[in-house]
Amino acid sequence: MGRYIVQRFLWMFIVLFVISMITFAMMHAVPGGPFTQEKALPPEIIANLEKRYHLNEPYWKQYLLYIDNVMVPHISKDAAPEMVDEALVEISLPGGNYLRWINFGPSYSSRSRTVNDIFREQLPVSIQLGVISMVVAITIGLPLGVISALKQNTIWDFLGMSVAIFGVSMPVVAMGPILIWIFGVALKWLPPTGWGAKPPFTLFFIPNTLGSWDFWKHTLMPAFAVGTGYSAIIARLTRASLLQVIHEDYIRTARAKGLSERIVTTRHALRNALIPVVTILGPMFAGVLTGLFVVEQVFGIPGMGKYFITSITNRDYPVIMGAILMYAFFLVISNVFVDITYAWLDPRIRYD
Amino acid sequence: MTNLLEVRGLKTQFFTQNGIVRAVNGISYTLKEGECLGIVGESGSGKSVNVLSLMRLIPTPPGKIVGGEVLFKGEDLMLLPMDEMRRIRGAEIAMIFQEPMTSLNPVLTIGFQVEEALKLHKGMDSKAARERTAELLTLVGIPNAIERLDDYPHQFSGGMRQRVMIAMGLSCDPALLIADEPTTALDVTIQAQIVDLVKELRKKLGMAVIWITHDLGVIAGLAERVIVMYGGYIMEEALVKELYARPRHPYTIGLLGSLPRLDAGEGAKLTSVRGQPPNLVNLPDGCPFAPRCDFVGERCTQKMPPLEEIGPGHRVACWEKEKTEGMKPHAR
Repeated sequence: MGRYIVQRFLWMFIVLFVISMITFAMMHAVPGGPFTQEKALPPEIIANLEKRYHLNEPYWKQYLLYIDNVMVPHISKDAAPEMVDEALVEISLPGGNYLRWINFGPSYSSRSRTVNDIFREQLPVSIQLGVISMVVAITIGLPLGVISALKQNTIWDFLGMSVAIFGVSMPVVAMGPILIWIFGVALKWLPPTGWGAKPPFTLFFIPNTLGSWDFWKHTLMPAFAVGTGYSAIIARLTRASLLQVIHEDYIRTARAKGLSERIVTTRHALRNALIPVVTILGPMFAGVLTGLFVVEQVFGIPGMGKYFITSITNRDYPVIMGAILMYAFFLVISNVFVDITYAWLDPRIRYD
Repeated sequence: MTNLLEVRGLKTQFFTQNGIVRAVNGISYTLKEGECLGIVGESGSGKSVNVLSLMRLIPTPPGKIVGGEVLFKGEDLMLLPMDEMRRIRGAEIAMIFQEPMTSLNPVLTIGFQVEEALKLHKGMDSKAARERTAELLTLVGIPNAIERLDDYPHQFSGGMRQRVMIAMGLSCDPALLIADEPTTALDVTIQAQIVDLVKELRKKLGMAVIWITHDLGVIAGLAERVIVMYGGYIMEEALVKELYARPRHPYTIGLLGSLPRLDAGEGAKLTSVRGQPPNLVNLPDGCPFAPRCDFVGERCTQKMPPLEEIGPGHRVACWEKEKTEGMKPHAR
């Protein structure tokens, strides 16, 4: 198992390399550039800017420079480095030297910020919202699916599946404003916009206000708006999977043993039924993260979704690269996590 | 000996989109304590539905036990509330199934699955249940039982899994063990081992057994009495020797005639029962075997014949049973 996980992480680096190459090629293939504007800048200024950001170099050199900045630790003497050289890991060495590692570069469109700033300040907010949305999706979806399956073709089943269809069909862009109108404007229970956590965050993404209502009152509506849609998918999959399992021979064996329906369901059926459900949770989490743009706009949440979308229209090359690599990283990590959960649920799956 | 089990007029049907499947049509039989009863019939004859009905394990819907009584130790199981029925399942009546490959839960260890019944019915704690499980697995012939408790079903072969199922069935000393075609999915040498195991365990533990099969050869060495089912009815019932020596129902005669025999002589051909098994959705009026029967008479297509006693313990449901008197299965 340990060996398998190490293997997967090595593969992850290869995957990220390939993705970085494809992204780099594609974004440079798109016409226009970061300094193309309606009112054209003087050629000398463009030349200076491009020189400043090494955009005048050949593509292969630009790419190698990027990889070098991200992957290779650099030792420098500067105490206060230039903004573009700001690194995620900075260790002061004896003799006044600094070791700097992981520099995703500057943002071209907001010049006071680097991609690392976005990772430090915006990405954690998106992760917070994403994780809470997933928790909402699972806590609603799983019981809904189980009830629908156990009470198949009864009013409960129809009711549960109606809720699921509603959740699937209701886009966040509609659900968000409706929630804001009900709970934010009419009832005034929850703040209609904003976010209740500010950087710095513990362990990269845990808000320091986690224990306070101030944090949760901002999360409830957006997490619910995102979560219901995904809960519907989970509910329908759980229902289908459980219905299949419940007709298996070993369920009959469990009943013949004299076990109560509750134990037959929880101990014997559910664990088998969850295997396909767990499979979709990994890609789903990555999907939630990348799909947060809309909900962040609707609820005015300072997450990363905005940068992910606007960086592409702005041709903000370092932000595009950084965002895509980060999301790819999450996709791979969640899939590794799914594989581990898999082995835990099903003893027939072993990775050695 | 008193009757352990008395089934009276048991009737089970499945309500499907294509119509009502009449799987079991009012059958009656008894079982004495410690006796081994064989139930024989082809696929769709109602033999499995019959025993699943006894345990009230018929999936409802679409299935439903529409009539009859099942007296177990004098108590009608059909009238018991579900929680009391669960106290009988596994403890008083245990069941082993046809498919050992799929009858064990793939995500739980076999130790856990056997212990579960012990904890439930005998109130054992984990340690006692684990020790008893190891004993039971040894009893059914699983080598190194203690080391294998934490293994999962996929680490066992089909025959070994069926042994685990038997250990599970025996765990709470049931008065009745129902074996629903337990050897059908196994290869022949393993079949013989399982039959021998059950035979030996019966001698040791003295429980009654209902053994369902479509293999008349297995029954001969195991059961004391045999019931032949067809189309959801009991066609013939007799002591095992009587049935093989003097079968009276045309279907039984046909079945026995289709068995290969060592003493049949070189070049002897097996006979087969012509035609197809009946569709249980539109069972014809009268005897379901009539369309395939060589002795069919006028009454056969109009009314199902009653199960009548023709000798000590020998009952036959056939209008034309006079015609088959003295017939030998291979004399045709």
